[in-house]
Amino acid sequence: MRPTTRSGVSAVWRIATMLLLALGLATLLGGGPAVAAEGDPFKIAGNVQNEGEAIEGVSITVDGPGGPQTVETGPRGQWQVSVPESAEYTVVLDVDTLPEGITLDDPEDDTPETKEVTPNVPFAPKAVNFFIGEGDRESTAFASQLVQRLVQGINFGLMLGLASVGLSLVFGTTGISNFAHGEMVTFGAVIALWLGGTAFIGASLWIALPLAVLLSGLLGLAMDAVIWRPLRHRSVGVVQLMIVSIGLSLAIRYIFQYFIGGGTEQLPGSTPQKIDIIGPIRMTKVDIVSMVIAIIVIVAFALWLTYSRLGKATRAISDNPGLASASGIDVDFVVRVVWILASALAGLAGVLYAYYRPGIKWDMGTQVLLLMFAAVTLGGLGTAFGALIGALIIGIIVETSSLFIPADLRFASALAILIIILLVRPQGILGRRERIG
Amino acid sequence: MDWGQIFNQSASSIISTTTIAYALAALGLGVHFGQAGLLNMGVAGFMAVGAYGYAISILTFGFPWWLAAIVALLAAVVFAMILGVPTLRLRGDYLAIVTIAAAEVLRLLLLTVAFEEVTGSADGLYGYSGDFQAANPIPDGEYGFGPWQFNQNELWPIVIGIILLALAVLLVWAMMRSPWGRVLRGIREDEDAVRALGKNVFAYKMQALIIGGVIIAAGGIVYTLGSNASPGVYVTSLTFFVYTIVLLGGAATVFGPVLGAVIFWVLQFFLSNLMPALVDAGVLPFMTANQAGMVRFILVGVGLMLLVIFMPQGILGNKKEMTFVK
Repeated sequence: MRPTTRSGVSAVWRIATMLLLALGLATLLGGGPAVAAEGDPFKIAGNVQNEGEAIEGVSITVDGPGGPQTVETGPRGQWQVSVPESAEYTVVLDVDTLPEGITLDDPEDDTPETKEVTPNVPFAPKAVNFFIGEGDRESTAFASQLVQRLVQGINFGLMLGLASVGLSLVFGTTGISNFAHGEMVTFGAVIALWLGGTAFIGASLWIALPLAVLLSGLLGLAMDAVIWRPLRHRSVGVVQLMIVSIGLSLAIRYIFQYFIGGGTEQLPGSTPQKIDIIGPIRMTKVDIVSMVIAIIVIVAFALWLTYSRLGKATRAISDNPGLASASGIDVDFVVRVVWILASALAGLAGVLYAYYRPGIKWDMGTQVLLLMFAAVTLGGLGTAFGALIGALIIGIIVETSSLFIPADLRFASALAILIIILLVRPQGILGRRERIG
Repeated sequence: MDWGQIFNQSASSIISTTTIAYALAALGLGVHFGQAGLLNMGVAGFMAVGAYGYAISILTFGFPWWLAAIVALLAAVVFAMILGVPTLRLRGDYLAIVTIAAAEVLRLLLLTVAFEEVTGSADGLYGYSGDFQAANPIPDGEYGFGPWQFNQNELWPIVIGIILLALAVLLVWAMMRSPWGRVLRGIREDEDAVRALGKNVFAYKMQALIIGGVIIAAGGIVYTLGSNASPGVYVTSLTFFVYTIVLLGGAATVFGPVLGAVIFWVLQFFLSNLMPALVDAGVLPFMTANQAGMVRFILVGVGLMLLVIFMPQGILGNKKEMTFVK
């Protein structure tokens, strides 16, 4: 999941920053500033922040068994109270003590400043979440939010398309449902971080990013040479190949975590500043560059697939491997090219995704793997152009659905639609009936 | 380095609720994948249905623990039917994609703050084991010997887990030697041939999906019996670990998944104790303790690949029988 705090884009959820009152935070960072009864076993705690900015001096009153207690948030926005019983307590945030222009904001709650909470585990602070937002939220009309979301969705969809095309081609030419494709996406981002990250080699981005895509292509070549080609020649079944790719995915994923740890790293050059484009559409420079790159690469790839000899051979193998081989097409060579291209495109998508999320994490590719599968299935398994259309649809669904449902269910909406599509048209949009046998 | 402690810890994992829960999950997946050839990639989802079905029944509806367990198993039946109806008529990899997607949707639903009152969101659910522990007939005291020592509260979920596992093994064993089991294996080997014999392939597959799903959900219940239900557990990696276990022991066998679970967890505990100890002892100067903890997960992935390629029938399996569905 991308963090919901991603540079404020829209709707309620744009500014609605969740206040996480984890116990660790409150206690590690120095405890609550005003603890009424230190010895009481149950704790209620929280952290008041707006878009990651701690808000100090907000008054919070906790009422229930043991009498009312009022605390103010400390310098890091944290607060904590101790209460004597595991019973229902009412937590009220005093809206008047919030800074100018900041309001409480929770679309599902008529009284967002009041929360009911029951601490049930002794000494483990019970977290209380408030939704805080800027007061001018209402000024953005629904229509312009929708347009803004659509553009973001197209941006995400193009990126997803870059990654999914390769997944689809690999499936078409080899029959492998490649679960390691998500790791190929992460690979591009991790290599870009390694080459361009200031903490590592720190090369200029003009060198680091193309080199990352190039190395991603090499990864595809290596995987084909070391794993997939030998397995093809042993004629291992497709289900076995799929499970091999799962093992590969696990291994690579944890190798990433071995080297970069479990945290999120940033690539240089990402700026949160948004520029007004047309009407309600606002994007960062990186978003624009990323969209332009994605469109150019996708168009070039489509032309290659449609008009070049190799592209035609690829589609021929997707259609009917046996016939293609009998017509004199060097299947092994074409499949190798497909692996290189798929991996390079996935790596490029990884770099773009690292800016889009933003951040690089060891499992970032895994998070979008299912969306890629959804895109590929939606478009029609094994068809390259279907994957592109599927990816755009998935991207738009993911981004616009957060206007209607909680932002943390965005990915779920895309997957739910995948399941529904399979009910209605299992061969996908561009797929042919016979493929589902 | 304290070898005694490392071996003790590893040996103690032979009998633990985690191992029993994974053994149940693997047994259920064995019915799906090994016997019926169904590519269920939603093991984590079925386990989550069991775990959360149990915890929510107690916390939200106030059911006694045994009724909560039954509700959780019934929920797994419903989940299996929801997954099966649209996909069992389609090619195998569609079931894989739908089940993995459904498991992920379920996890996101458990994780979202929208249903926090029922699901506990990222905190998960806890504090529901009171009724279960109150039903504990074991007198207070320490039981066992060597590395296997439990007090009455630790022993009780293990006893229930072993009883459930034994019942499930018996059920699977009886079913697989029945005519029903033979038809199921026939479907795995050649669906069209079985259909030509006049069998309703869809119904058989659905029955297998439900029975396996209920056993997997029982694993989810055992996993949460004495502790808590956390959404971070039911990720796709869990599914892949269970696949590793099933393939290790032998997918098309009855005892293979149980054996696989024991070996998997003993190795996991052994490595998770050994690697940091090696780092502490200065044997692996190029690693940090955190990195050493990662090694065992990398090895799971590598192990899974090698297993599928070189020993797809598993330890107990018969190489002739286990042909993967095409």
